[in-house]
Amino acid sequence: MRGNRFTYYIREGVSSIFNHGFMSFASVCIIVACLLIMGSFTLLAFNVDNIIDTMESQNELMAFVDDSLSREEAEALKTGIEAVPNVDHAVFVTRETAWDDFVDTYENPRFFEGLDASVTRDRYVVYLEDISLMEETQNRLTNDVPGIDWVRAHLKISQGFVRIRNVVTLVSIALVAVLFVISLFIMSNTIKLTTFERRDEIAIMKMVGATSTFIRWPFVVQGLILGLIGSLVSFTLEWGIYEVLVQQLLSGAGISFLTVIPFYQVSIPILIAFGVVGLGVGVIGSLLAIKNYLKV
Amino acid sequence: MVQFTDVFKSYENGTKALRGISFTIQDGEFVFLVGPSGSGKTTIIKLLTGEIAPTDGTVMVNDYNLGAMRFSKMPYMRRTLGVVFQDYRLIEDKTVYENVAFAMRVIGASNKEIRRRVPYVLELVGLDTRTRRKPQELSGGEQQRVAIARALVNNPRLIIADEPTGNLDPARSLEIMMLLQKINELGTTVLVVTHEKELVESFSKRVIAIDAGKIISDGMDGYYKYER
Repeated sequence: MRGNRFTYYIREGVSSIFNHGFMSFASVCIIVACLLIMGSFTLLAFNVDNIIDTMESQNELMAFVDDSLSREEAEALKTGIEAVPNVDHAVFVTRETAWDDFVDTYENPRFFEGLDASVTRDRYVVYLEDISLMEETQNRLTNDVPGIDWVRAHLKISQGFVRIRNVVTLVSIALVAVLFVISLFIMSNTIKLTTFERRDEIAIMKMVGATSTFIRWPFVVQGLILGLIGSLVSFTLEWGIYEVLVQQLLSGAGISFLTVIPFYQVSIPILIAFGVVGLGVGVIGSLLAIKNYLKV
Repeated sequence: MVQFTDVFKSYENGTKALRGISFTIQDGEFVFLVGPSGSGKTTIIKLLTGEIAPTDGTVMVNDYNLGAMRFSKMPYMRRTLGVVFQDYRLIEDKTVYENVAFAMRVIGASNKEIRRRVPYVLELVGLDTRTRRKPQELSGGEQQRVAIARALVNNPRLIIADEPTGNLDPARSLEIMMLLQKINELGTTVLVVTHEKELVESFSKRVIAIDAGKIISDGMDGYYKYER
């Protein structure tokens, strides 16, 4: 009997898709459109995050060692610096190396005639785990590590990175939520139209004693199939569009320094997300659509 | 068995459809429920099928107390009923056979049961040669026979026929009534709701007459008062 019912649900669900071909096509198109926009923003968020991660790793603190410390004492500060929370690691740079690096940034060495490395200080380049805690880490290094004279930090740059990341994340979440609701509404209306056309049939089913679950399942199957088709089509399109855009972007002049995440690296989470959203929209949409007809 | 005990029904718009109705229909009876438009006949049918609940009083149908029953039990109560409507309510894109089989399929009957039961019921209503026709290819009387077959196919204890001859000429009406009588003789309780006085009078059956939400007579052998 169970096999009978399962076959019935599938057959009714599939035939309803074909009987309302245009609306089915329209709802798949809407799901595809919404998922493409959601997916594009998610990929944009991934890439922005990746770029910011790269930039963050290059945005370090410079901790200058007190001049009164000997070279050995200065080198011994490394353990204390790396013990400060949020410090990933620290690299010791002697004043001579720092001076040479500084001089090398200028083409004309005559600017520095009569000067030597004594005008600079030994320092640590400090790399952070979380750039948003830069100011706090700067204060800790200055106050909690004896032997560090002062710490230079590009706070405005770090705050800018954090702000960009937050904005992109917020916009992506808001957009995903709005598009999910839109998809749900359209899917629900598509199935509502089907249920409206079949209201007499549903009334007969109720009258002869069909349970609500039995009536509901074919519509759920219909939503499930439409959602699944929408997910798979949009995933394939997203992949294709992303690859084409990446090719165009990387071949463009002046922006080849950008690092773009290859699609295959994020394909599994994207596929899962598309599947969950597509199926979720299909199932929830159909449940919402049929709800009113089951009250009698 | 059907038992109404002091049943009141008021709608949200203030209409008092039933004002303290009590009656009992025993298993195996054939009963007419008559009354003019707006007398409360439709309300009684809706109460019997569980579409609405009484405002006050008790409605018992085939051992189910409809007022106190959980909504999830309603489908199982409805399986003890067969309902026939004036407008037939057949599914247009299904054949005669499929329309009848549909009523079995939706309550989870197996294909084997369906193949055994549907031809039997179609033969009983005289449509065994019309099984592959669609409803629009049939006459009104034949469509009503399909509706009766569908009501009958799940072997209900009670058949409720709501104006079953309302859309038919006198000859077809008589045929349908004879068919319902035959079904009753086979052991099924039959309740026919109608306002066709002549039809009721041509059958010597129990008649419950209602008007303005109250029973005005309940008599045997086709006798009833039509107005207070």
